[in-house]
Amino acid sequence: MSAPVVEVSDLRVELEGSGVDIVDEIALQIHAGEVLGLVGESGSGKTTVGMALLGHVRRGGKVGGGAVAVDGRDVSALGDDELRRLRGGVVAYIPQDPGTALNPALRIGTQLAEVLEAHASSWSEEERRQRVREALAEVALPTDGVFLRRYPHQLSGGQQQRVAIAMAFANRPKVIVCDEPTTGLDVTTQARVLETVRDLCRSHQVAALYVTHDLAVVAELADRVAVMYAGRIVESGAREAIFSAPRHPYTRRLLRAVPDIAGKRTVVGIPGRAALPGSRPEGCFFHPRCPLADDESRSAFPPVTELGGGHMVRCFHHAEAVKHAEPEGAGQLGPRTVGEELVLTVRDLDAHYGASHALFRIDLDVHREECLALVGESGSGKTTLARSVSGLHSDYTGQVRLRDDPLPEAARRRSREARKEIQYIFQNPYASLNPRRTIGQTIGRQLQLFYPGARADTGRRVAECLERVALSSSAASRFPDQLSGGERQRVAIARALAAQPSVLICDEVTSALDVSVQAAIIELLGELRRDMGLSLLFITHDLALIRTIADRVAVMNKGRIVEQGSVDGILTAPSAEYTRELLANTPSIEVALGHAPPTAAST
Amino acid sequence: MSDQTADRALDLTLEQPPTLIEAAPARARFALVADALRLGRTRVGLGIVTVLVLIALVGPLVAPYSPTEFVGIPNSPPSSDAMFGTDALGRDVLSRFLHGGRTVLWLSAAATLLGIVVGVVVGLIAAYARNWLDDVLMRSNDVLLAFPQIIFVLLAVSAIGPKLWLIVLTVGLTHAPRVARVIRGAALEVVERDFVKSAEVVGEARWRIVFGEVLPNVTSPLLVEVGLRMTYSIGLVAGISFLGFGLQPPDADWGLMINENRLSLTVQPWSVVLPVIAIGFLTVGTNLVTDGLSRALAGIDRRADS
Amino acid sequence: MLTRLILRRLALGLLTLWLVSLLVFAATLALPGDAAQAILGREATPERLAALRDQLNLDEPVVSQYIQWLGGILTGDLGTSAATQEPVGDLLSDRVGNSLFLVAISAIVAIPLSILIGVWTAMKRDRPVDHVVSTTSLILASLPEFVIGIALILLFATEVFHWFPAVSLLGPGEKAWDDPEVVVLPAATLVLAVVPYISRIMRGSMVEVLESEYVTMATLKGLPRRTVIWRHAVPNAIVPAIQVTALQLAYLAGGVVVVEFVFSYPGIGAALVEAVGNRDMPVVQAVTMLAAGIYVGLNILADVATILVTPKLRTAAR
Repeated sequence: MSAPVVEVSDLRVELEGSGVDIVDEIALQIHAGEVLGLVGESGSGKTTVGMALLGHVRRGGKVGGGAVAVDGRDVSALGDDELRRLRGGVVAYIPQDPGTALNPALRIGTQLAEVLEAHASSWSEEERRQRVREALAEVALPTDGVFLRRYPHQLSGGQQQRVAIAMAFANRPKVIVCDEPTTGLDVTTQARVLETVRDLCRSHQVAALYVTHDLAVVAELADRVAVMYAGRIVESGAREAIFSAPRHPYTRRLLRAVPDIAGKRTVVGIPGRAALPGSRPEGCFFHPRCPLADDESRSAFPPVTELGGGHMVRCFHHAEAVKHAEPEGAGQLGPRTVGEELVLTVRDLDAHYGASHALFRIDLDVHREECLALVGESGSGKTTLARSVSGLHSDYTGQVRLRDDPLPEAARRRSREARKEIQYIFQNPYASLNPRRTIGQTIGRQLQLFYPGARADTGRRVAECLERVALSSSAASRFPDQLSGGERQRVAIARALAAQPSVLICDEVTSALDVSVQAAIIELLGELRRDMGLSLLFITHDLALIRTIADRVAVMNKGRIVEQGSVDGILTAPSAEYTRELLANTPSIEVALGHAPPTAAST
Repeated sequence: MSDQTADRALDLTLEQPPTLIEAAPARARFALVADALRLGRTRVGLGIVTVLVLIALVGPLVAPYSPTEFVGIPNSPPSSDAMFGTDALGRDVLSRFLHGGRTVLWLSAAATLLGIVVGVVVGLIAAYARNWLDDVLMRSNDVLLAFPQIIFVLLAVSAIGPKLWLIVLTVGLTHAPRVARVIRGAALEVVERDFVKSAEVVGEARWRIVFGEVLPNVTSPLLVEVGLRMTYSIGLVAGISFLGFGLQPPDADWGLMINENRLSLTVQPWSVVLPVIAIGFLTVGTNLVTDGLSRALAGIDRRADS
Repeated sequence: MLTRLILRRLALGLLTLWLVSLLVFAATLALPGDAAQAILGREATPERLAALRDQLNLDEPVVSQYIQWLGGILTGDLGTSAATQEPVGDLLSDRVGNSLFLVAISAIVAIPLSILIGVWTAMKRDRPVDHVVSTTSLILASLPEFVIGIALILLFATEVFHWFPAVSLLGPGEKAWDDPEVVVLPAATLVLAVVPYISRIMRGSMVEVLESEYVTMATLKGLPRRTVIWRHAVPNAIVPAIQVTALQLAYLAGGVVVVEFVFSYPGIGAALVEAVGNRDMPVVQAVTMLAAGIYVGLNILADVATILVTPKLRTAAR
């Protein structure tokens, strides 16, 4: 086995002032032509590790120990000039958000050329121009002068990301660090970007570190996987080993939280929340949330255990973890009982944004206790539809009926009863709660609006609402910024439920959350639906997610419903070309590992 | 073992709600002010302002002479009779100084209050309306903004005369569009946020949304504007008096004192130096407090975005 | 099209100026009692009152008064000074030159100085130098101009250092540039008043740009530090500074009034103060319109410059 191109040993990065550790005891290796997937949820420190390969630490942090060796040389021992030559020349970076990583004031051509000017200064200008053209051709972008003269904002998100990839590969680096480069991209664009990265890495024999939270993407792309939790690598090994036979309880629970597009299992969340730097517990960091925790794991952090074949785990109970029964979770598989009664009807809806026509002749039905999913990529009109149904967007024609009553377009013109019956939950938990109000005040206000009662009673009623979403009543006196994303989303749900609605419109309510938190929220929604007889209009771009909660699905593209039907029917035998394409491009762990056939062959 | 797993799996249901991490204690309501006070510059500023306000308010009670009394030869240097000498007309500099601060203070405060109230209302309504109303309000703003503040005041004074209420009105009116612009900018960002849409979708009354949801989220830039406007008000009011259009002789006023005595600057500097130092320190003090507030605000914003 | 955007901006500016003229004209309506009497005050003799009334068209309906006044302004006839009976235009023409000279000198010194201070303190942020500059800036920004002016006089024109004249002893008709010594202290006052604001904004936007994703990206591409600062950072940082610079220049149009008064500098600012004291409405109105015109003009320039410099806005003007 040849020497690894990247070798990290015992790396520690800490905060400058307090010395609190962000990541510690990080050890990994990457060989030429290999892709290592670094997986973790928010706060795990994965981006910090990625940046360390470039010799870069975010402001406020510093390297506190260990070594990062790239191509045999320790990155932290390099002088300024050598570090500059390393970055972009030997180690290249593909950013998370190309929209902000490309300078808005410079043309694409300039930004591509300068990376060659900096690292291939001995080349002639013609040679550099030639290389720029090659780089663009490799990522399937136009190579003509017109394109080079464009500014970043004139390109689509996918094109911007491909420019970033071209910039990274232009100097034929030995190592590439990809920082969640497909965040915010459509499934179709994501598939293409992943393909490009994989092909280029292989053809140029580049060692790649792919940082991400998306396990399905890692399954498709990586050769080896390292799982991070709270600043430590808790398990690493070959892709097959990690996905088929994970040994760390966190890895196992994490995999259980990923939605399965074949619908053969429910999603299960992980209770509690991950410890942030500075508040990590004694002993194994995962023990507060681990079913196998005992005194041993509470007192010391587990040492590295080699399991053979390059598979490593840090857990005292890894042997038991395999035998441990998988939690069933609160989700439900199989057909759910759906009411007969029609709760929400949409007929012939056409919506506009000023002059542009956003929705075309939409027809929808939602029955009692039914969950209808609206699926589509960005720009498909699913959010516009949700906003129109709820009255937030009033520029539409057609009819929206709540049971038998047609509703006025604008929410403000609807009756109190109608506004109460249809509740809306927003995507971004950080923006849907007023930061200047306590949780209690926010929920209390909703109660006052629809069920005015004695002031003295409010405290008790708020506590009831919080209990329903499994939050302790002490949350009532907190402000939103003191809660985690998942907790805030629970508050948003509690607020919606305080009105005792019949219909809950969930607008991408889990897209901004970590996978394990998403699973917990899905479980909660499922339970609440059963207990309160709610109907759900569930908007998402994630096809696999709808298996976990929806009964029927409507697939949308460019403002039209492309096809509608039962989830099972549509996902196993789609009739529309667009749906087939979406399915083919949605990454799936089972398919990537060869454990299941591809969901739909794109003909 | 299986019982335990069952328990854990039920963690999310009603039987065992997960406890919140107790790391963050319930936050004080006035975090911004508390944070600002922690900074050295805020405390220094506050101290300076307090001292000068005391001088201005208490001064007349402790002055040795009346401000219009003649106590000696004009422009005489400090002596046992007059601690800081006499001014160009032979009146006691110290006494005139002690009497001269009140007007500046209350005129500035009143003008600031007027400007802030009008500016906030206009800015909020313009930001929330986002339609023709916004355009009309902003055009009117532009008209007022076309005048440098002092020129607007002078225009009014030339027509109506040096009335104190006029100074409050004109200074306040010229502050309003500047405040409105800042508040509108801050509010535009808030108005797009989902919690405002939440309130709209349940049909909350418009005025409740503007003053109940939006306003509390712009208090931080608002506080900074208050401090900034106060600083400018003091400068403007003192400046107007200095030009001779504020309090008229023989009344004592800091700005007027500087005007009256500047020709004798080389001979008897105290009659100019005292009021200049007072006005200077007052404006620096208020600006220090403002700066402290805006730094605390930046700190809170950074934390709230996590 | 880009030109359409600029033309629209110009049109808006003209609309604003027109509304401003209405306000300025309304000042005469605000005069207590009889306008002519109010203006002339004690110097009112029946002949002079009649002459003034005729001059200001006071016997005609308000609308026609306004139209005649506005027409005069637009054709260059700024009326006759009520105090000196000279044409306002003649009175002001000497003075305008002096004021422009003062403002120009101040701007030429202040703008480059502010940009350099801003960029430099941003790069050395949080070090002692930054703190010292920031505190000094804060203090200077708080002080009203006349305080700065008087302080400069105290320092440089009296016993401490007798370097510059405190008062400009220029005869009527003499130009400021014939005796440049006279401009130094007034210009210094204006520079000290304006540099803190511009440099602060420059620093702020430079810091923001230095922490932006694209500057981090440029560093991670291994570009030399100089390229990162001057090709990536500064061009983006300067944009907010353009707005502020224009606003500060416009602000100088007002600041000039007080500063000229402090130093008895023969510019239009001092003329304005004199006219206010004399209730010389034609002069007041003329100077006010001029100041408003400059203000609006500079704002338009700032907006257009911002559009030209921001590719996103430039190309969006489809």
